[in-house]
Amino acid sequence: MLYIVILFLFAAITLYFLLGGADFGAGIIELFTSTDNKHRTRKIMYQAIGPIWEANHMWLIITVVILFVGFPVIYSEMCIYLHIPLLIMLLGVIARGTAFSFRNYDAVKDEKTQAFYTQIFVYSSFVTPLFLGIIAGSALSGQINPKATDFAHAYIFSWLNWFSVAVGFFTVALCGFLAAIYIVGETDDVDEIKRYIRKAKIMNIVAVICGALVFLASGYEKVHLANWIFGNPVSLVAVIAATISLGVLYLIISHKRNRQWIRLLAAFQVCMILISVGFSRFPRFVIFKDGSSMSLLTEHANDNSIDDLGIGLLVGSLFILPALGYLYYAFKKKDR
Amino acid sequence: MDDFLAARSQMALSLGFHIIYSCIGMGMPVFMAISHFKWIKTQNPVYKNITVAWSKGVAIFFATGAVSGTMLSFELGLLWPGFMKHAGPIFGMPFSLEGVAFFIEAIALGLFLYGWNRLNNWVHWTAGIIVGVSGVASGILVVSANSWMNSPSGFDFVNGQYINIDPVKAMFNAAWFSESLHMIIAAFSATGFAVAGIHALMIYRKKNIQFHTKAFKIAIIFGAVAAIIQPLSGDLSAKNAAKRQPAKLAAMEAYFHTQEYAPLVIGGIPDTAAKKVNYGIEIPGLLSFLVHDNFKTPVNGLDKIPVKNQPPVAVTHYAFQIMVGIGVLMMLIAMVYFYELWKKKDLLSKPWFLKLFIWATPLGFIALEAGWTVTEVGRQPWIIQGVMRTSEAVTPMPGIQYSFYLFSFIYFTLSVAVIFLLKRQIQMVPELYDR
Repeated sequence: MLYIVILFLFAAITLYFLLGGADFGAGIIELFTSTDNKHRTRKIMYQAIGPIWEANHMWLIITVVILFVGFPVIYSEMCIYLHIPLLIMLLGVIARGTAFSFRNYDAVKDEKTQAFYTQIFVYSSFVTPLFLGIIAGSALSGQINPKATDFAHAYIFSWLNWFSVAVGFFTVALCGFLAAIYIVGETDDVDEIKRYIRKAKIMNIVAVICGALVFLASGYEKVHLANWIFGNPVSLVAVIAATISLGVLYLIISHKRNRQWIRLLAAFQVCMILISVGFSRFPRFVIFKDGSSMSLLTEHANDNSIDDLGIGLLVGSLFILPALGYLYYAFKKKDR
Repeated sequence: MDDFLAARSQMALSLGFHIIYSCIGMGMPVFMAISHFKWIKTQNPVYKNITVAWSKGVAIFFATGAVSGTMLSFELGLLWPGFMKHAGPIFGMPFSLEGVAFFIEAIALGLFLYGWNRLNNWVHWTAGIIVGVSGVASGILVVSANSWMNSPSGFDFVNGQYINIDPVKAMFNAAWFSESLHMIIAAFSATGFAVAGIHALMIYRKKNIQFHTKAFKIAIIFGAVAAIIQPLSGDLSAKNAAKRQPAKLAAMEAYFHTQEYAPLVIGGIPDTAAKKVNYGIEIPGLLSFLVHDNFKTPVNGLDKIPVKNQPPVAVTHYAFQIMVGIGVLMMLIAMVYFYELWKKKDLLSKPWFLKLFIWATPLGFIALEAGWTVTEVGRQPWIIQGVMRTSEAVTPMPGIQYSFYLFSFIYFTLSVAVIFLLKRQIQMVPELYDR
């Protein structure tokens, strides 16, 4: 049952990254759209993410619940040393969620308040994945230092370092990429498709640059990133698959073939990146400065709790997945 | 402000904020579904307009409730890592199920809000009902997690170790039923009165009378029924507390000395140093009767509890008095409503009647906050009653007061924003929903 719970944990993280990421990306794209096009962009994006965005957000809740029920020691250690970035990420979640719904459900749609909600929405859409990435980068890369005796080393430099920050920006770029690709499949307007394909390409280039920065930072912070990725066959295959799919993606985009394929390929790439890193670190989930780590296979809750959690997740997914499928289907139908 | 107090204040603030939004999130979808049902049945467009107008409210409250709930699930770890390290696996069961319920609620809400003209009427209506049902289910589950903190079970605590963990037993702890029941009824009475009050105000101002009258009637029936049955569930809760948390009950009643014919103290100012209540009204024997169904049986007072295990008496007592006082008041208002309804009077044309409900708009929420204070402050100094102290659970990270100031600011801003938005919704009724 432990492995089922771990599988759900990774699935929830991945889905949050893909769906929530596309969602964050919508705000990031809006942030980097010229003022002339903002209105149009917003309308298309709103149609695309409006009905599903509350559901996308739930994967974060599922992730947290799995962590604190199944892996309480890991959860509480992360909460102690990554308190500040978690807090900032949460502020982003709050600001973003409320601004998005206020913008859409405000009965009076005057320009001034709409612009105000928009400001909050776009900046928090940037900040949230940035800190999500910083948290992931810090947990996995051995930056957390529980032995530190001063505030700065224990609670600040555990996450404020070149590597974590680079991972943060990489995450932001990936979210922007995912969103652009997601929206390509959402509109039938030829001009818009062209625009979003262009955006997707730009975001992709930015992501590649940020990825390179992550590598540079890993050298600086003495994180053996290359070893992680090229050191085991699964990660290596995943990285190669991601690279090949990037090529295929460009080919399809350039020939404007089936747009669903573009989406799948983009999602596939991000999954491969997560798998590559996740597998190389597995079963370690949090790694400390002194090289010790907390493993998902040992730092878990008692067997009863894990069994019940596993059953809860399995039964829950019987309800959630069809419902979620129906939600996506119901709002795809009218698009065709 | 030290870190411990800051952490407690931040938690109290977050819960106090979230509880209002989640209670509205439980009540309003049900009102909305009733109005929607009436629209489908009667095809009277007023009901459709009410449904749409309320659904905007539901969406705003769901969004705020969802983000503050997300915040809370993290705050449990951010502020109380010592607690979550041990308690997570024991009381996590209701949280995992709540995650499922919440997820389904979010999906159903998406379907409902965007389903107009796209979904079959009854599928659409069902989505609305699911929002309400899963909202109530979430409420029950979360309260069940809280009741575990008040009435821990499903594990053995031996030499500082938590062993023989049984999450199912922990979820169905001895207090889950009475606490959840009390909370759900409170949610419906508070939301019912608040929604009815706002519509009463609009009728009073003679705006869109048809719209607001129909809306008022749907909301108040829930509020009034809930307010009338609430004292029964309150009695159940108090008996439960007496059995499992005598210190909490004693603090609620400011009952310092164990005695036969224990009196019920109404009002008064507790003097903790002198161990007595000044200016309170005492009804001899009533506390004994309420707790033990017998006027003579002694009730354990604070003198039976070591001082270091006693909750703050004054706060608990005042909060309890406020909750009960308002509860009784709401019950009386509900009775007035039913009496007039029975007499078939044209109530909504009478200013005094409307004023009564306008005045009652915030009452339920004040009672809700007071009741929550009783539950939480009355449990102190324990985070897990009798097992772990709150002070043992707090994060080692210093500087929590800044986080508290930050969150105070955010919650204040959000509250202002929500009030601002609701005001605009109501202002726009003539243009959007009453053509």
